[in-house]
Amino acid sequence: MDYVIEMLNIRKEFPGIVANDNINLQVQKGEIHALLGENGAGKSTLMNVLFGLYQPERGEIRVRGEKVNITDPNVANAQGIGMVHQHFMLVDTFTVTENIVLGSEPKKAGTVNIRRAESQVQELSERYGLNVDPRAKIRDISVGMQQRVEILKTLYRGAEILIFDEPTAVLTPQEIKELIDIMHSLVKEGKSIILITHKLKEIMEVCDRCTVIRKGKGIGTVNVSETNPTELASLMVGREVSFSTEKTKADPKETFLSIKNLHVKDGRGVKMVKGLNLDVRAGEIVGLAGVDGNGQSELIEAITGLRKSDQGTIHLHDKTITNLTPRKVTQSGVSHIPQDRHKFGLVLDYPIGENIVLQSYYREPFSKKGVMNFKKVYEKAKALIKEYDVRTPDAYTPARALSGGNQQKAIIGREVDRSPDLIIAAQPTRGLDVGAIEFIHKKLIEERDKGRAVLLLSFELDEIMNLSDRIAVMFDGQIIADVKPEETDEQKLGLLMAGNSTEKAGEQ
Amino acid sequence: MFSSRMFNILVPIISVLLGLISGAIIMLIFGYNPIAGFAALWNGAFGDAYFFGETIRQVTPYILSGLAVAFALRSGLLNIGVEGQVFMGWLASVWVGISFELPMIIHLPFAILAAAVAGAFWGFIPGLLKAKLGVHEVIVTIMMNYIALYLSNSIVRNLLSDGADRTENVAETASLQSSWLAEMTFYSRIHYGFIIAIFMALIMWFIINRTTTGFELRAVGFNQHASRYAGMSVGKNIILAMVISGGFAGLAGAMEGLGTFGFMSIKSGFTNIGFDGIAVALLGANTAIGVILAAFLFGVLKIGALNMPTVAGVPTELVEIIIALIIFFVASSYMIRWVILRFKKEGK
Amino acid sequence: MLKSRFLMVLVFLLTFGVFLAACGSSDEGEDTTGDSGEGSSNEEASGEENSDFSVAMVTDVGGVDDKSFNQSAWEGLQAFGEENGMSKGEGIDYAQSESDADYATNLNRLVRQDYDLIYGIGYLLQPAIAEVAEQYPDTNFALVDAVQEGDNIASIVFKEHQGSFLAGVAAAKKTTTNKVGFIGGVDGSLINKFEAGFVAGAKSVNADIEVEVEYAESFNDSQKGQAIASNMYSKDVDVIYHASGGTGNGVFAQAKDIKNSNPEENVWVIGVDRDQHEEGQIGDTNVTLTSMVKRVDIAVQNVSEQAMNGEFPGGEVLEFGLADDAISIADTNEEAMTDEITTAVEEWKEKIINGEVEVPSTREELESFIDAL
Repeated sequence: MDYVIEMLNIRKEFPGIVANDNINLQVQKGEIHALLGENGAGKSTLMNVLFGLYQPERGEIRVRGEKVNITDPNVANAQGIGMVHQHFMLVDTFTVTENIVLGSEPKKAGTVNIRRAESQVQELSERYGLNVDPRAKIRDISVGMQQRVEILKTLYRGAEILIFDEPTAVLTPQEIKELIDIMHSLVKEGKSIILITHKLKEIMEVCDRCTVIRKGKGIGTVNVSETNPTELASLMVGREVSFSTEKTKADPKETFLSIKNLHVKDGRGVKMVKGLNLDVRAGEIVGLAGVDGNGQSELIEAITGLRKSDQGTIHLHDKTITNLTPRKVTQSGVSHIPQDRHKFGLVLDYPIGENIVLQSYYREPFSKKGVMNFKKVYEKAKALIKEYDVRTPDAYTPARALSGGNQQKAIIGREVDRSPDLIIAAQPTRGLDVGAIEFIHKKLIEERDKGRAVLLLSFELDEIMNLSDRIAVMFDGQIIADVKPEETDEQKLGLLMAGNSTEKAGEQ
Repeated sequence: MFSSRMFNILVPIISVLLGLISGAIIMLIFGYNPIAGFAALWNGAFGDAYFFGETIRQVTPYILSGLAVAFALRSGLLNIGVEGQVFMGWLASVWVGISFELPMIIHLPFAILAAAVAGAFWGFIPGLLKAKLGVHEVIVTIMMNYIALYLSNSIVRNLLSDGADRTENVAETASLQSSWLAEMTFYSRIHYGFIIAIFMALIMWFIINRTTTGFELRAVGFNQHASRYAGMSVGKNIILAMVISGGFAGLAGAMEGLGTFGFMSIKSGFTNIGFDGIAVALLGANTAIGVILAAFLFGVLKIGALNMPTVAGVPTELVEIIIALIIFFVASSYMIRWVILRFKKEGK
Repeated sequence: MLKSRFLMVLVFLLTFGVFLAACGSSDEGEDTTGDSGEGSSNEEASGEENSDFSVAMVTDVGGVDDKSFNQSAWEGLQAFGEENGMSKGEGIDYAQSESDADYATNLNRLVRQDYDLIYGIGYLLQPAIAEVAEQYPDTNFALVDAVQEGDNIASIVFKEHQGSFLAGVAAAKKTTTNKVGFIGGVDGSLINKFEAGFVAGAKSVNADIEVEVEYAESFNDSQKGQAIASNMYSKDVDVIYHASGGTGNGVFAQAKDIKNSNPEENVWVIGVDRDQHEEGQIGDTNVTLTSMVKRVDIAVQNVSEQAMNGEFPGGEVLEFGLADDAISIADTNEEAMTDEITTAVEEWKEKIINGEVEVPSTREELESFIDAL
C-alpha cells in the first residue's frame, strides 16, 4: 500500500505536557482520512508538526515514502502539503484572487500580473466545482465561500495533501453539504485529505479511514465502513457515551421570564428584534431555533443588559429588568453562558481560577472592604474545577491555555453555581467534542429539574430537538412559531426557520 | 538543555552585553576608547557620592512617571499625557509651595497632594472623553501635553511671578530638599522624594494586584467585553485608571517642583520625564518592581552619559546612540530569546 | 510572569553593574594618569606657566552648535585656548545640557574636574549657577545673559536693546510695506529687551511703521519659527528680526523658501547673536539683511583672560554694549545694506553712544519712549 503521508512515532512536548506521545498516522493516496479526538487531545499539535509549525522531539515524517525534515510551512508547501485553517487568514478588503496569490504573486516586469492569476483561479475553481468569483471582495462573500478561498489558496500553491482543520464548525447545514461534495471531487482528482474533526456524523459520511487519538496518545486507525458512531465515540472518549440525552418529561411551573413587544437595534442601528414576545417558565428548557442573524444575539444581549432595548418590557418573575445594567440583571438571578466565550465569557489572560469568580469577585468572601482575598478565590475555584471536571494543570493557569471544552465547563460551572433562577445558554456546546457536549447537556437538564428556567440558543438542530421542552422559532426579529419537539422534525423546523409560517410547514 | 530559569537569567545578560558591545564597536569605529567611555559612564553615575546622589535624583521622577504609564497600560490605556500631567503636578506643587505659610507637617503633604490632584485632573479629562465619547486617549493626551506646557508657562509668567522666567523658591516648609542628604552627597540634589516614589510603587502594586478595583482595572485592560459581561462599568474604570495614572504623574512633577528644583521656570519644551516614563514602563513590564528597576537603569544611563563627553571625549550625539542601543537590546530581549531557541534546535 | 520578569531585570542590573564595575576599577587608574598625562604633555608643548589654568562652559538646552550664543561662547573659549596653547579636553571644554535638570549636574561635574573658571551660558542657568557657586566658593563662575550676586560669580550681560535698536533702524529703512516683524524665543525679561529696542528703533525712523511681535515659546523649535514667519510674511511683513536661538533657523528657512519660489519677492531676516549671513545664503542672493551681533565670544575671551591673570571680576556685573564693540550690526550683506541704511545706522549709533538717545529695555520704557516721539 502506498502512503502519501506517514508520521511515525511522533512525540511533541510542551513545558509540563506531552502533547503527542508516539503517534502514528498513515494516509493513503486519494483517501479522506479523519483525525478524531477530543478537544485538547493533540490533533492540532500533530497537524502543526506536519505543517512545519512545530518541530517534533522524536519520530519521523515521510512524504511519498521519502523521509523529510519539515522545518517550516514553506517546506510543507514545497512538499505539496496545504492547510485549510479553522480561522481563515484572509485580508478582508482584498479580492479573492489577491488573497490567493498573496505571498506567491505572479510577477510581470515588477508588477503583479493579476489578470493571469484571475484566470488561473477561475480554472481551478471550475475544475473542483468551487464556484468562486475570483474578483469578489472577501468582505462581500459568505463564510462558506471564504473557506473555499482558503481551499483554492492551497490548490494554487500546488497542494496534493490538504489538511482541513474542523472545517464544518463555522458552516450552515447547506454549506456543510456542499463542502462534502467539494471534498469528494478533490479526492476524485487524486488529492488526499486529512480531516480534523470531532463530529462523528461527518466522519461516517465522508471518510474512508479514521485515526483516533486520545490525551496525546494514538489509539489506532479504523476503516469507517467497519465501524459505527458509538464505537468511534467510545474510542475517542475512552468510555461509553450516550448520544440522545436522557431526560424526563418537563414539569413547568409559573412563567419566570416574560418578554413583551421587545424592540432592539444592533450596533449599526439596524432594527434586529421587532416586537418580540416570549415566555419561559420555571422548570422548562425553551430552545430558540433560527438561522443566525435573525436577532437572536440582540435578544439575548437585551435580556442580559449588554444592549439597550428601544421599546417593550422584560419581566423576571415580578421584577422589571428592562434596560438594567448587566450587574443588576445578574443580581436579579440571571445566569448567562455567552455565545462567544472568548469575547464575553472569559478574560483569557486571567488565571482560570479568577475567571471562575468573574461574576462574584466583588462579594464577600472574595472581596472585603475593597481588598481581594485570593486565598478564598482559589479555594472556590479549585472546588468548582473539581466539580465540573475542568481539565487544567492548576487553577493558576491562564484561561487562554485551556481547551475550548474546558473553558466552557469553567464558564458553566461559574454560571450554574450561582443558583440562578434563569439560565441563558447561547450555543453552549459550540466547537466542543461529544464528551463535553454530553456533560453540558446533562448539567442543563439537571438545572431544569431543579426548577430553573432555561433559555437555550443553538444553531444545531440536533441540540434543539434533543434538549428543548418547547421550541421557539425566531425569524426576522420575531418568534414565528412555538412548537413541541415531539410534534415536529428537523425538516419542518428548517422550513420554519426559513420564514414559512406554522400552517404552511404543517401542510408540507 | 536549558531550564526556563537559566533562560530568564541568560537572556538579560546577553541583552546587556550586546548593548555594551555594539556601543563599544560604535565608539571604536569613530575612534574613541570604549573602555574609557564606559568607565566615564560608570563614574558619572556611581563615581562618588555626588554622582550617586544625582542618579537617585534622576531616578525619582522616572519611577513615578513610569508607574503612571504602567498603571494606565495595565488598564489597557496608553497614557501619552504623562508629560503634561507632570507639568500640572509641578505647577500645583510649586503654587502651593510658594503661596502658603503653614507648618511643614501640613504644608509639605498639602503641596504633594495638590500635585497629585492636578495631575489626576489632567488625566481625568481624556479619561472622561474616552469613556463617554470614545475619543482615543492618545490623541487627547498628546494635545493636553501642549496645553499643559503653555498653560504652565503662562501661569508662571503672569500669576506666580511678575513677568519673570521663574517662580521664587518654594517655602522651606514645603521643600523635599534635605541639607543632610545634600551634604552627605557633596551637594547633589538628592531629596526625600525617593522615599515617596518607592512608597508609590508599593501603592501601585497593592492597587493593581490586591484590590477589587485593581481586579476590575486589569480585567477591563484585558477584555472590555468580558468586563461588561461581568457587570463592571468599563467607563468608570477607564476614568479611574486615567485619574490614578495622572496622580502618579503629578507626583513626578512634585518631585521636580519640591525636590530637584524647588521652583518652576518657563519651559521652552517638554521635560521628557513623561515620555521617558513610557519606555520605563515598557521595560519594566508594567509591574511596580519592574518600573523601579527600569527607572534605575534609565537614571544611571542619563546621568552617567553626561560624563562621557567631558571625561572620555565621546561626543554627545554618539553617547545618545550608545544609550539608545543599550536600551534597544534590553527591550528586544525577545529577539535574543528567539536566537537562543534557534541555536538550541540546531544543536539537536 | 511578574516573577520571571523581575528576575530578569534584577539579573540584568547586576550584570550591568558588575561589568561596568570591572571596567571602572580597571580603568580608574588609567583615567587619572591619562588626565595628568595630558596636563604634562600640554605643559611641554606650550611651555607656558598657565598650563594649570583651565576653563569650561555649560551650554543651555540649545547645545554647542546652535549657531547662536552657545556656539559663539564656545568660539570665544576656543580663541582663548588657541592663544594659550589649549584645546578641547586640554584646558578648555564644554558640557552640553539635555534638559533643565542637567545644568546643576554639569556645573558640578566641571567643578569636580577642577576647572578654575566655569561659564554658564544663558539666563536659563541662573538658578543652577546660584546654587552651585554657593556650594563651591573656591571656584569661579561666570554667567552670561543674567545677573547673579556672589563673590565668585561674574555676571556678563549685553546691552542687546542698543543693538536691537539699530536693527530696528535698518529694518525701517529697508521695508517697503511699512510692516516689520519681531519673533522672540520665550517671552521673558531678556528677550523683551530685544523687542523693546527693535520697536523703538523702527518707530524712531518712522512712527507709522507697524511692528508685529510674536513669541515662539521655545528656543529650539525651528518648525514653529517657520510657521510664525510664514504667517508674518503672508501678512505683508517684509523684514523679520528674530531673537529666538534655534527657533530662528525656521525663520531663515521660510524666507529662503519664499525667495526660492519667487526670486522677486522682497523678504528679509535680521539675525541675532552671531552674524547669520551664512544662514541666509540662497544661490547668489542672501535673505539676511544684517545681524545684531552680540560678541559673546569677546566677552568670554576677555573674562577668561582676566581670570587667568588673577584678575577675575568676581561679584561684578559686566555690561557690554555698543561702546565696547561687543554689540554691533553686521554689514556682510553689502548689496542689501545700502549706503543710506549704513549711514542711518551709524548716525543712530553715535547718538546712542554719546547718550543722546536712551534706548528702552523693557516694555514699560518702550511705551514712554514711543509717547515721547
